[in-house]
Amino acid sequence: MTRNPGTDLRTDGFADIRINTPAAERRAATLPARRSLKKDHQAAWLLNAVRCIDLTTLAGDDTPDRVARLCAKARQPIARELLDAMGVTGLTTGAVCVYPTMVASAKRALGNSGIPVASVATGFPAGLMPLNLRLAEILYAVEHGADEIDIVITRAHVLRGEWAALYDELRAMREACGDARMKAILATGDLKSLENVARASHVAMQAGADWIKTSTGKEGVNATLPVSLVMCRAIRDYRDQTGHVVGFKPAGGLRTAKDALNWQVLMAEELGRDWLRPDLFRIGASSLLGDIERQISHHVTGCYAAGYRQAIA
Amino acid sequence: MTSVSELMETMEYGPSVEDSGAVRDWLARRGAFGHFIGGAFTNPGTLFDTRDPATGETLAQVTQGTAEDVAAAVAAARQAQPAWAALTGTQRARYLYALARHVQKRERFLSVLETLDNGKPIREARDIDVPLVARHFYHHAGWAELRDTAFPAHRPLGVCGQIIPWNFPLLMLAWKIAPALAAGNTVVLKPAEYTPLTALAFAEICQEIGLPAGVVNIVTGDGDTGAALVAADVDKIAFTGSTEVGRAIAGQLAGTAKRLTLELGGKSPFVVMPDADLDAAVEGVVDSIWFNGGQVCCAGSRILVAEAVADRFQTLLNARMARLRVGLPLDKSTDVGAIVDPVQKDRILSICRAATDAGGELVGGAAGDGCFIAPGYLKNISPANPGFEQEIFGPIATLSTFRTADEAVELANNTRYGLAASVWSESAAVATDIAARIKAGVVWINCANVFDAAAPFGGYRESGFGREGGRAGMLDYLAEAPVEAVQEPAPAAPVSTTTGTGQPAALDRTAKLYIGGAQKRPDGGASYAVPGGLAPLGSRKDIRNAVEAAAKAGKWAAMGGHARAQVLYYIAENLSARAAEFATRTSQAEVEAAIARAFHYAAWADKVDGANVQAKPGHLLNVVNEPYGIMGIGCPNAQPLAAFMSLVMPAIAMGNRVVAIAAQDDPLAVTDLYQVLDTSDLPGGVVNIVTGPRDDLAKVLAAHDEVAAMWMVGGDLAAVEGAAGGNLKPVWAPAHRDWTGRQAQGETFLRHAMQVKTIWLPYGALPEGTGSAAY
Repeated sequence: MTRNPGTDLRTDGFADIRINTPAAERRAATLPARRSLKKDHQAAWLLNAVRCIDLTTLAGDDTPDRVARLCAKARQPIARELLDAMGVTGLTTGAVCVYPTMVASAKRALGNSGIPVASVATGFPAGLMPLNLRLAEILYAVEHGADEIDIVITRAHVLRGEWAALYDELRAMREACGDARMKAILATGDLKSLENVARASHVAMQAGADWIKTSTGKEGVNATLPVSLVMCRAIRDYRDQTGHVVGFKPAGGLRTAKDALNWQVLMAEELGRDWLRPDLFRIGASSLLGDIERQISHHVTGCYAAGYRQAIA
Repeated sequence: MTSVSELMETMEYGPSVEDSGAVRDWLARRGAFGHFIGGAFTNPGTLFDTRDPATGETLAQVTQGTAEDVAAAVAAARQAQPAWAALTGTQRARYLYALARHVQKRERFLSVLETLDNGKPIREARDIDVPLVARHFYHHAGWAELRDTAFPAHRPLGVCGQIIPWNFPLLMLAWKIAPALAAGNTVVLKPAEYTPLTALAFAEICQEIGLPAGVVNIVTGDGDTGAALVAADVDKIAFTGSTEVGRAIAGQLAGTAKRLTLELGGKSPFVVMPDADLDAAVEGVVDSIWFNGGQVCCAGSRILVAEAVADRFQTLLNARMARLRVGLPLDKSTDVGAIVDPVQKDRILSICRAATDAGGELVGGAAGDGCFIAPGYLKNISPANPGFEQEIFGPIATLSTFRTADEAVELANNTRYGLAASVWSESAAVATDIAARIKAGVVWINCANVFDAAAPFGGYRESGFGREGGRAGMLDYLAEAPVEAVQEPAPAAPVSTTTGTGQPAALDRTAKLYIGGAQKRPDGGASYAVPGGLAPLGSRKDIRNAVEAAAKAGKWAAMGGHARAQVLYYIAENLSARAAEFATRTSQAEVEAAIARAFHYAAWADKVDGANVQAKPGHLLNVVNEPYGIMGIGCPNAQPLAAFMSLVMPAIAMGNRVVAIAAQDDPLAVTDLYQVLDTSDLPGGVVNIVTGPRDDLAKVLAAHDEVAAMWMVGGDLAAVEGAAGGNLKPVWAPAHRDWTGRQAQGETFLRHAMQVKTIWLPYGALPEGTGSAAY
């Protein structure tokens, strides 16, 4: 996978962006109604969503054992008998996502499964620590084995239109990441306007983000389809401008199997099927997996499932 | 069978076909259909097939309606009408409410049936057509309840004949039936021959809710059945369909005194300004020309894009077009379904061929097997290309570029149609200005094909007249209180003369025509004898010159209501100063009436406000009253001054320019008005006056394509209406009356002097949930 090297800061890449919010909302609202997935196709799309999940725990009471349980679920996200019934093997989530101090525990628990560990960093979720500390936090996570770093941007730079400042901090973070791939969390619920989301997306991509990500999960509004639509179009425009390919990660708003399908339809329709692979598409979620497993169980057995019969994360 | 693992690699959507079992069971159970007349289904008569265009399969057989069938249906409607009209508003409202409820209870059934019969994607039938049908009945249940409060002194028309097209069968039925019933009319409706089935299912719903027999009658059949309905004893015809058929209906009804509303074809512009959200505009194209396979009268079929963004726009458009799925209409992942019939498919392809023969380049748009055509558009196309001008009525747009806003407007208006327009710009200043300049009944700013029962819908120009939806739509199913009509004295044949009658005592005065603010001799150089002297004998060339002068006076509308009011007040003032002199020409009563009219309509000039209609949240919906442009007015042959002022003042108060034909036998009081108009700062060309043979001149006016509306009092109405049918201008024929009386003044005159434009503007600074509603 070729990484996005970024470019110099080029404000002309996004200065003329016009986004009509009602139109974006209309597109987002009609997209799920335009595509329907049934039976085996639905099962395949749901399992694909599992492949793309960054199975996440970002709570104040996280412990090494709790993280280990999460990792066990990441290795066997859907009950083996259900997968066997469908002839699917080797299914894991896309990654697990934890705080920096939990990276080592996660690495240990995942062993040689090949599942990457993602760590949030840079003063997650507010990102208002001094820059040197935020960079040090990235280095700490990388040192403990993180394969991917989910950084947060300084929202103030976007709200104040300080693109150079935003670009510079993101560039520094990307350098600190080294070989670890970087997801830039825009915290779109704080940016509010869709044009802000689009501009911040472009700056993050120009600074070399491998994925752009909607939310920390801690804002008032997290991933929504209209915001995701705008970010996908920014990814498309950046590719058209530079030839570089960037991934997308919605986080914090996806809870149901239907959500998982809707977001995948968005990716397929707006960006194409390449963006249905875990190297270009991740879903930041914790409870989503449970609902997908329920749907899969129903697909295989024809009976509705009870939550207590499924392994929890 | 592909395994789940393999599907995880291909990530195809796979089939997702809506179940049509319940509909097929119903069709099997019902067998061949008769008509629905007087609350019951008749025995089937001569049958024809209705097919699923996607497969060619015969769905059902329905009866070809004969003139006798139509007559029986009209008789049933006629019999039911008095009792229906005598119900209270609340009682009628309860029936309409029940219709709305029952449509909702059967939403799945109706969606599937519509998709089978028409070929439209199930998503559209399910998410757009059927919900709008229910919404229309709900909204009009409200109008039924409120009729006597909202429209005092109005009464229903009686029996309405309604003819609807095949592109939105059930929705067009709702648009026709709901307002008619709310107003207290009964109806005979003829669905299109391609798509009669949802109307027949609706007839069952009428039975289910216990709608009184004869209130709704459905007669199926082809164009001959429709023609029989037009010829039948109905009080109104409401037609939605092609401009060609609309013109024939207008001709057939000329002089019959039946009311008529027409919703016809279009070639609506889709204007993309350089500051538009291009992705939004591309989705707008999808919602316009690739919605319902482009079989939409108001489809934004002429894409006009600013040269500065044309390349990027096309890149995005092509990418979006490539992802549209053409296929089985019942599949829930289908974007573009089947064209309704092979005849229509051939028609679409032949226009595309003519367009490419003339130098256009077709992008996409490949013909598939059966009734399928892939979405596409014609580029390298200019107004002279037939593909730019003709309504294709299929999933093929045209795409051409413009340089500046004025050129965009000029291209947008370079059409004989005027149904709808779509304007894309992120500047409120730009978008609202362009919306105002485009001649169309509906303008969507930053959206396309958005509908609501509260939003009036209808056309300018050859897209027809009359409105459906909202208050304006109700008025087209109601009659105003009748006036006390007076027999108009027939004009004498004007005798051309070149010899004066001789009045040597006074200095000779020559009455002339009034054209472009100047007194002009008639083109024929002849006069005719009238009381008080000689009047110029106007001819068709004088009408031509008068219309030309009116065309140049377009600033009158742009002056605004306040400035126009000042001119009208000034006319009243100057007329008052010369009241005694005019009284000797006419009478004291006429002069007083004339002054009163100028004064009265000056008051109205800045008060005929539109409305901000509450249709959908997040949408600013302005219903604006616009002048027609140039109006022709044939004055009655009596009370020359009072009648002239009663007709011309309201017309110009609303911003129209007028070409008026003065009372034929006694025009000199009107020719004396020229000096009053001159001294009142009325801009030249706003009022033009021709004297002479009224009926002949009126016919020329009615046939003039530049004249947008016609008023005719008395005279040869049939000839005028026949001539007006050429460019489908509305003709209003107020009864001759005492023009000095109270009934010669009021809002009725204003209403007929303007047309309604509905402007949609979705707003939102922030996505829903993060902002607050502004309106």
